[in-house]
Amino acid sequence: MKKFLIALLFAPIMAFASTGNVHVDKWPGSVSDKAALQNGAKLFVNYCLNCHGASYMRYKNLMDLGLTEQQVRENLMFTSDKIGGLMAVAARSDEQKQWFGATPPDLTIVARARGEAGNAAAGADWLYTYLRSFYRDANRPTGWNNVVFENVGMPHILYGLQGQQVLNHETHKLELAVPGSMAPAEFDKAVSDLVGFMVWMGEPQQEFRRTLGWFVLAFLAVLFVVAYALKKEYWKDIH
Amino acid sequence: MSNQGKVDCGRRRLVVATAAVGGAGAVAALVPFVSSLLPSERAKAAGAPVEVDISKLEPGQMMTVEWRGKPVWIINRTKDMLDTLPKLADAVADPKSDKDQQPAYAKNDTRSIKPEIMVVVGICTHLGCSPSQKFKKGAEEGMPGEWLGGFLCPCHGSTFDFAGRVYKAKPAPTNLEVPPHVYLADTRILIGEDKKGA
Amino acid sequence: MAAGNFEKYKSDGSLAGNALEWVDARFPATSLWKGHLSEYYAPKNFNFWYFFGSLALLVLVIQIVTGIFLVMHYKPDAALNANGVPVAFASVEYIMRDVPGGWLIRYMHSTGASAFFIVVYLHMFRGLLYGSYRKPRELTWLFGVAIFLCLMGEAFFGYLLPWGQMSYWGAQVIVNLFSAIPVIGGDLSLIIRGDFVVGDATLNRFFSFHVIAFPLVLIGLVAAHVLALHETGSNNPDGVEIKANKDEHGIPRDGIPFHPYYTVKDIVGVVVFLMVFSAVMFWAPEGGGYFLETPNFYPADPLKTPPHIAPVWYFTPFYSILRAMVWNFFGLDAKFWGVVAMGASVVIFAGLPWLDRSPVKSIRYRGPITKAMYTIFVICFFILGYLGTLSPSPMGELVSQVCTVFYFGFFLGMPWWSRMDKFKPVPDRVTMK
Repeated sequence: MKKFLIALLFAPIMAFASTGNVHVDKWPGSVSDKAALQNGAKLFVNYCLNCHGASYMRYKNLMDLGLTEQQVRENLMFTSDKIGGLMAVAARSDEQKQWFGATPPDLTIVARARGEAGNAAAGADWLYTYLRSFYRDANRPTGWNNVVFENVGMPHILYGLQGQQVLNHETHKLELAVPGSMAPAEFDKAVSDLVGFMVWMGEPQQEFRRTLGWFVLAFLAVLFVVAYALKKEYWKDIH
Repeated sequence: MSNQGKVDCGRRRLVVATAAVGGAGAVAALVPFVSSLLPSERAKAAGAPVEVDISKLEPGQMMTVEWRGKPVWIINRTKDMLDTLPKLADAVADPKSDKDQQPAYAKNDTRSIKPEIMVVVGICTHLGCSPSQKFKKGAEEGMPGEWLGGFLCPCHGSTFDFAGRVYKAKPAPTNLEVPPHVYLADTRILIGEDKKGA
Repeated sequence: MAAGNFEKYKSDGSLAGNALEWVDARFPATSLWKGHLSEYYAPKNFNFWYFFGSLALLVLVIQIVTGIFLVMHYKPDAALNANGVPVAFASVEYIMRDVPGGWLIRYMHSTGASAFFIVVYLHMFRGLLYGSYRKPRELTWLFGVAIFLCLMGEAFFGYLLPWGQMSYWGAQVIVNLFSAIPVIGGDLSLIIRGDFVVGDATLNRFFSFHVIAFPLVLIGLVAAHVLALHETGSNNPDGVEIKANKDEHGIPRDGIPFHPYYTVKDIVGVVVFLMVFSAVMFWAPEGGGYFLETPNFYPADPLKTPPHIAPVWYFTPFYSILRAMVWNFFGLDAKFWGVVAMGASVVIFAGLPWLDRSPVKSIRYRGPITKAMYTIFVICFFILGYLGTLSPSPMGELVSQVCTVFYFGFFLGMPWWSRMDKFKPVPDRVTMK
């Protein structure tokens, strides 16, 4: 039994590189900021959807971010011509496996999958840190490595915006070697918006869920008062 | 007990109150369950309107497209075919399309928006079989000598003309259904919607 | 007999009365109503611990109703769809997004599963506190142990259905455990899986067990459990037999009709339960990562093992006991002894009616040894549960072993420590403490 469990511990853990030792920054955004989510949607569709699918989402759902069907069709629909269509990836998964070594995972619920027991926001924090932690590494086939996800197969898609970082091996800190089109603070905001979109995409009805909870609890409080009064009334008989 | 009446009254009021509040809650709790029975987003997407390009449809030809799992026929009617329609006013059961089998804009002599282009759901209104084409006049395709052209349903023998109108004394009760549709351009039809954004 | 009922339940002349008389001549409607509700006399001193039976029934109904609606949209298919995702996994996200109200039904079912175990553990603990398992209620208790075993099975089969990483690998580990059984183990695992590894065959048969087989068995066992209870009458926090003291009409002096008194009280219990249940469902459906586990948001991948596989929280105490067994005995693997210990740790509850030799039923009238043993037992149960959520470690192993020794010692030593203990005189009538 012991050998079996030890064997499991040493089993391949490539795609599940634990973040246990790496410090992650707290995601500063909020899932109720619609403007930020819309910006995040734009970034997602332009930078991520080429390789990653979001195959549980429909384009129609993007309208819940406060966009009209027209706006969705013109700015966000590239892989389908139907508003009800799924946000599936255009590339073929077998080709992707050839190019990257692994099929880029579907991102619809990645913000929930990267969570931790006892920490609901951990997924967002992980994604926020990950997307800002790429650095140049000549030893990697893509030329990029990542502090949060060692030897990741993904190249730094956003390098045009962030610029190029290098890892200082003495301080173990990332330094910006070549600036990108966005200043660091601007880039952080863009990544925050993108992460916000992925958090929203993980459970689009989460705000409705939380609001509905208040109504249900309020109703149950009223029912409690009436039911308790009824109980007390009948139990007057019992001594 | 001396205050029996008062006690019972109080009890009944509380029972009613609890039942009322509880009942309201039960009805509200039903909402997600009943909603889940409605068509899902996947069903709505699959049932979405279908765009058809008829630029290559020659006069006298018919094409079939699928909409909501049903066959929809688009026929480019020749002048000959259109001329048969007024002759059949007495032979068909509902010549003026009085019964509600078509949108308002198809409630005319040709049961269509453009006279030459017929858009109709290819399902017999009797029990749901798909009728066969019998476009040739006369007895050539096994039809009776007076046959002017149209459709024959193989299941129980109902016949329809080039406007989808059912002949008298046939098992099918009504004319073939004309689906909601709109012309996006001269040769592009959107089937399943009346007007863009309607 | 039809004639007997005819006389007993004569109509009062109204339409409803006549209809009821017609039914009663053909079906024991009024007889059942009286026997189990309006004239079933339950002790009047039920306290907080007595809510959990009716709550368990409520959760069973919630799980069945939500389950019926989930099955309308869920697909038990391990094959990959056009987007490279297993169909079963994608169907759960379909329910969460595309089915109107689907997300709420899904959360009800996942929260309900954890709620079921919380309620059932508290319900069982009541039995321990007040000696509800003792004569003449042994059979009620045995049906209850059978229900608990079935519930564990039902939860295990159900957890594979979302087909996430934890679903898949948890099932893989547990089914592999059965291969440790000598002689039949290998074939048994093959029959359970329907294949050499957990796969589509496994998913489909677990679907059948979870949706049809085990629910039917559970419903039957619950009916038997309640029938057995009603035959003997309920116990109470004082452990006093109310049937020993009846008035001139043959009604227990300390008994009150279940309806309306306990129906009205249980309604309050239900409302409070629903408040807690709703708070979790609407504001923390993932249960801090314990009700909906994070690795399960990745679709099952037979080629990638997650770094940490653990069963769902409600199995962890028993899982700890399994992992605590690390020695080979009599030529058999430690793995096998782990399975034996885990099975024994559940089944041993069935022995309680015969292990408990105290002259007194309820903990209210028992001495310090009982109170100490119960306290340590509960603490051990929680420690084992907590350790079961963690990866194995040398310290964890040692602590689990100590706790396991105590766990079994609690039961196996009971014939002695229960007799040794002091006890207070039990009153003739119940106390309204």
